[in-house]
Amino acid sequence: MKKIAFLIEIKDGQVKPACLGAVAAAKDIDAERIALLLEGDAAQSLETLQSFGIQRVVEITTADGPIPWNADQWARAVVAVLGNLNVPILVGLASSQGKNILARVAALLDAPLVMDCIDINLADHTAVKSQFSGKTVARFRTHGEHHVYGMRPNALDPVPLPGSAHLETFETDLQDTGITVLDVQHNTADHVDLTEADVIISGGRGMGSGDNFDILFECAHQISAAVGASRVAVDNGWVNHPMQVGQTGKTVSPKVYIACGISGSVQHFAGMKTSGIIIAVNQDPNAAIMSKCDYAVSADLFGVIPALTRKLKEIS
Amino acid sequence: MNIYVCVKHVPDTAATIRINADGSIDENITFIMNPYDENAVEAAVQLNKQTADAEVIAVTLGNQSAEATLRSALAMGADRGILITSAERLDSIATARALCAAIKADGIPDIVFMGKESIDSEGFQTMYRLGACLDCPVVSNALEFSMTERSVRVTCEMESGDLEHITMETPCVIGAGKDLNQPSYPKLPDILKARKKPLGTIALADLEMDMPVSRVEMISMKSLNEERQPTVIDGTADEIADAIVEILRDKAKVID
Repeated sequence: MKKIAFLIEIKDGQVKPACLGAVAAAKDIDAERIALLLEGDAAQSLETLQSFGIQRVVEITTADGPIPWNADQWARAVVAVLGNLNVPILVGLASSQGKNILARVAALLDAPLVMDCIDINLADHTAVKSQFSGKTVARFRTHGEHHVYGMRPNALDPVPLPGSAHLETFETDLQDTGITVLDVQHNTADHVDLTEADVIISGGRGMGSGDNFDILFECAHQISAAVGASRVAVDNGWVNHPMQVGQTGKTVSPKVYIACGISGSVQHFAGMKTSGIIIAVNQDPNAAIMSKCDYAVSADLFGVIPALTRKLKEIS
Repeated sequence: MNIYVCVKHVPDTAATIRINADGSIDENITFIMNPYDENAVEAAVQLNKQTADAEVIAVTLGNQSAEATLRSALAMGADRGILITSAERLDSIATARALCAAIKADGIPDIVFMGKESIDSEGFQTMYRLGACLDCPVVSNALEFSMTERSVRVTCEMESGDLEHITMETPCVIGAGKDLNQPSYPKLPDILKARKKPLGTIALADLEMDMPVSRVEMISMKSLNEERQPTVIDGTADEIADAIVEILRDKAKVID
């Protein structure tokens, strides 16, 4: 039987829901679905994974325990497992971690990789992704002994497929590959990752200052939303580049994108046009975004957003 | 020391992408250096200034028009350019092989810089493949960088905002992030000087490389022009907030 491996990511001790979405890409295929785990509590993850169609969970460790974070070491361990279990297909997320590991795996195997797929067909090895910052969509076919795909988080919804999976351990040796991770400085800010958020509230020129972003953060906090920004807000030094959505920033695909005081340049749209619902709050009814959104709110964001925060507080 | 920097000639961020009947894009638009590659060139040039007996060599793969992007790199301070000409668009697997072959034919790299991603194909992989071809370590999205005798120290930013502090042996490949530096924009004398700097051209077919067995084939491409029909929401701030809560709850189902 065909084998498909999924690279599972863990956040706050839990399997990321976006990974379960990626697993759903194989739901209609007659294949053994194998989860690869490099972190987290394997027994606990297995409980989740087997409810979504995973039949086999492989915990990858060394003789001395889990492999400390090092993208290159993790990638080499994944390559070793794929070889050992004879798995030709690897699917992961186009998340920060996924981009780092999947590309290394593909490079080591000399395997084709399609990153940031919005759809994949694992039966005929085709994948759909956007290019030119969302201005085009292309379908690709991968040719090779192995095939690697990175799914855009949230592109597919998880589909429950209850069953039972068994857990096994794969022990690997670490090699010195010339890269040493000295330490990881965790972002202590209580901010939600933009590329994986269900809801994003973004601010642009209309925010007027960096301090004013606080009202967006407060609103976002009520519903675990992420806060983004337009290039103008970043170029003005109000917020940092990691928050930028658009052509030279992040490409996001949340269920709801709330654009506050953003005019809606082509470059900004390039980064958020695949969002589910776009709500634009802008005092200027003639701003470009007002004709390219789902809900146009022609009002002062400094009135609307605090009111929204209050309402969300009331119901939470 | 040989400092290589790989750059890519890409459509301007503001360009409208039109697709030809054969699936290629209409190239009758403005092309620029891939924005992240500007940070890569800047990093290479800064390292060159700090290092005695060093040279920055910019390398690109493209059609003849990609020379413009190499000239931009030369105007920013690179010493020489190498243009690998190819009429067809290659996938990342073949591109990395070609860049590797061109670099190896030119000299022994001590360090290679490139942008953390290209804004046209958004493949997120060429630097890792180049690292595999050169058999050297790779990191991406570097925002701090320093070099000592045989190693480099880099800080890389993960998208979650976490920072990784890493040391790597040289030679190595570094993917430049936007916050690595502030690219200096060339002045007219730099641009004029760049016209006279050496620029070598080599055809892809003349490189010593085996074409890979695996590949990514583009089957089709279309423009994404998603039209949305806006519904206007008005009223007082409270009424608007109520309407947004309703959308979040009933339409998007992201709150209970």
